Amino acid sequence: MFSALLVMATVAIVLGAVLGFAAIKFRVEGNPLVDKIDAILPQTQCGQCSYPGCKPYATAIAAGEADINRCPPGGEEGIRKLADLLGVDFKPFGGDTAAPKPKSVAFIDESTCIGCTLCIQACPVDAIVGAAKQMHTIIAAECTGCELCVAPCPVDCISMMVIEEKITNWKWKYPETGLTPT
Amino acid sequence: MRTLYTFHGGIHPPSHKAQSTQKPIARAPVPSTLIVPFHQHAGEAAKPVVQAGNHVLRGQLIGLPDGFISSAVHAPTSGTITAIGMHSVAHPSGLPNLCATLVPDGKDEWTTLSPVTDYRSHSPAELQQLLRMSGVVGLGGAAFPSDIKLRVGKLKISTLILNGAECEPYITCDDMLMRKSAGDIVRGAEMLRFMLDANEVLYAVEDNKPEAILALQQAISASSPDLQLGGRHEVIAIPTIYPGGSAKQLIRVLTGLEVPSGKLPTDIGVQCFNVATAGSVFRALAHGEPLLSRIVTITGNVRNAQNFEALIGTPVDELIALGDVLPNTNGYIMGGPMMGMSLPGVNVPVVKATNCVIAASENIFPLPPPALPCIRCTRCVEVCPADLQPQDLYWFSKSRDFGKAQASSLFDCIECGACSYVCPSHIPLVQYYRFAKSEIHAREKEKRAADIARERHEFHLYRIEREKQEKAEKLAAREKAAVAAKAVVEHTGESVTK
Repeated sequence: MFSALLVMATVAIVLGAVLGFAAIKFRVEGNPLVDKIDAILPQTQCGQCSYPGCKPYATAIAAGEADINRCPPGGEEGIRKLADLLGVDFKPFGGDTAAPKPKSVAFIDESTCIGCTLCIQACPVDAIVGAAKQMHTIIAAECTGCELCVAPCPVDCISMMVIEEKITNWKWKYPETGLTPT
Repeated sequence: MRTLYTFHGGIHPPSHKAQSTQKPIARAPVPSTLIVPFHQHAGEAAKPVVQAGNHVLRGQLIGLPDGFISSAVHAPTSGTITAIGMHSVAHPSGLPNLCATLVPDGKDEWTTLSPVTDYRSHSPAELQQLLRMSGVVGLGGAAFPSDIKLRVGKLKISTLILNGAECEPYITCDDMLMRKSAGDIVRGAEMLRFMLDANEVLYAVEDNKPEAILALQQAISASSPDLQLGGRHEVIAIPTIYPGGSAKQLIRVLTGLEVPSGKLPTDIGVQCFNVATAGSVFRALAHGEPLLSRIVTITGNVRNAQNFEALIGTPVDELIALGDVLPNTNGYIMGGPMMGMSLPGVNVPVVKATNCVIAASENIFPLPPPALPCIRCTRCVEVCPADLQPQDLYWFSKSRDFGKAQASSLFDCIECGACSYVCPSHIPLVQYYRFAKSEIHAREKEKRAADIARERHEFHLYRIEREKQEKAEKLAAREKAAVAAKAVVEHTGESVTK
């Protein structure tokens, strides 16, 4: 009777120690779900979801505070992926979120630019080069098309240009087949 | 007799090759205008180095290779560049691309050429650079820059395959070139062998081209003193089956080896070049001539089917006029009927990849009946030369389930079209695979861009935080200095009063 208790107690102590050690040793840094959600989000950092960037939105989704249909640049496909990941139903865009727009990049009309640096401060990915009282320009390859630079510009010299279809970014289209009624 | 192997599947479409092999290769006249695209090869487009208004000589460089996988572009004849701008080109999208418009002056005046007198005294790397600057790319259809294919690093190449299989119906440009210029091909092949340091050179020709096989054999056995063949050169007649000319399938037939998924032929010690590419390698090194023209088969719904040596940039409409197109022609195909593309119009230029232009008509290529649902008959599986399950790939591509399509080895598909050819439901299977492949590529690109944006945004936040901190530190330092200064003032003030 006593030996049985002793054995059980020893086993409990050992296993407890192992679990305790594992909890410290293999502790997961950060929330892995947030990172998974963040990987699906398009990283435009545009704030159209009403959160200041993709990571905060991902955190809010993970915490169950935000809906999955608040990211227009991600498109419906983004919503589908989030629904898959989180095991919830697909939800169409609606309410106060803007509709998805074709992908575009910002363009600075350099003859109008006064070099105020306001857009440089607004850019979430540091894709604008320039200095005070010097003309600014956009690094098109780095621009995510978030439009955050458009509003601060005091002389309205920034416009969004839709990325045109060229041979370099052209994609094969979905084949149109099937019977057509005569 | 050499043991040959077989690959899985394959089909035997009617060849239609006799039509265009009745007459020898003719030289197409210099057209009134040449449209030379800067992007004729796989990889990055060449960068224009001439401007509108410049006078150029035949063989003068007009586009500089830009990027690792890229190739040079030259003026095919002497004349004046009248424009550098967007022009419609042969591309499945129908979108325009950057081209130079050249109006020939009729003198056909050569620029100064610098041939290599003894290529064996040069290092392979030097010769590769020469090929890159001569604009030599694969002439089999993919137009992959040849210098890149010769850069094998430390890999040991045992077998060099010269691909003269020409398995696609209608096309006869390689056949006619082998008959006419077998000597050039063998010399070029020897140069390629030298650069790769291969032990043997195998010329693979389908057994429906006996004249070409004979011509190559004679060229090899002709004891020409300048030939100096190193290694063993052998012409091999391979069975006629489509797509026997596809690199991976050809390697399988000749060596019995399979190129593993995601690997290159060089990884198993084999490299393939088209026979016409070998011919242009010879011309580029021995004569210093850049790639300015190529053989194009004009066939299909024409009275005079024939092969023409056409300058790169020749508008297709001027070239097909030589074939005397029949009035009931309803379109044109560039390339073969299996893998070629319908041309958006005839004002597109001949490029380095243009091996054939077929005039189409209702009789030759009847409109396919509407696609019916897949009945899972697996006839596509039986003919697939890449040993895939085309019906699965179709299913996943159609439902945009790209992950599963990729897991079913979508990227091992060579888009040969054998599956679509046998499909009893007439489903355009290859179109679905192309759609899925380009969607996957686009997604990967977007993912990379998103990762970069995430990194840049994180750095942006870090930078703002750091600036804030620096400002606070500066402020604190200044305050501290002010306090200290005040203390000093008070102290000195005190001492003064004392």
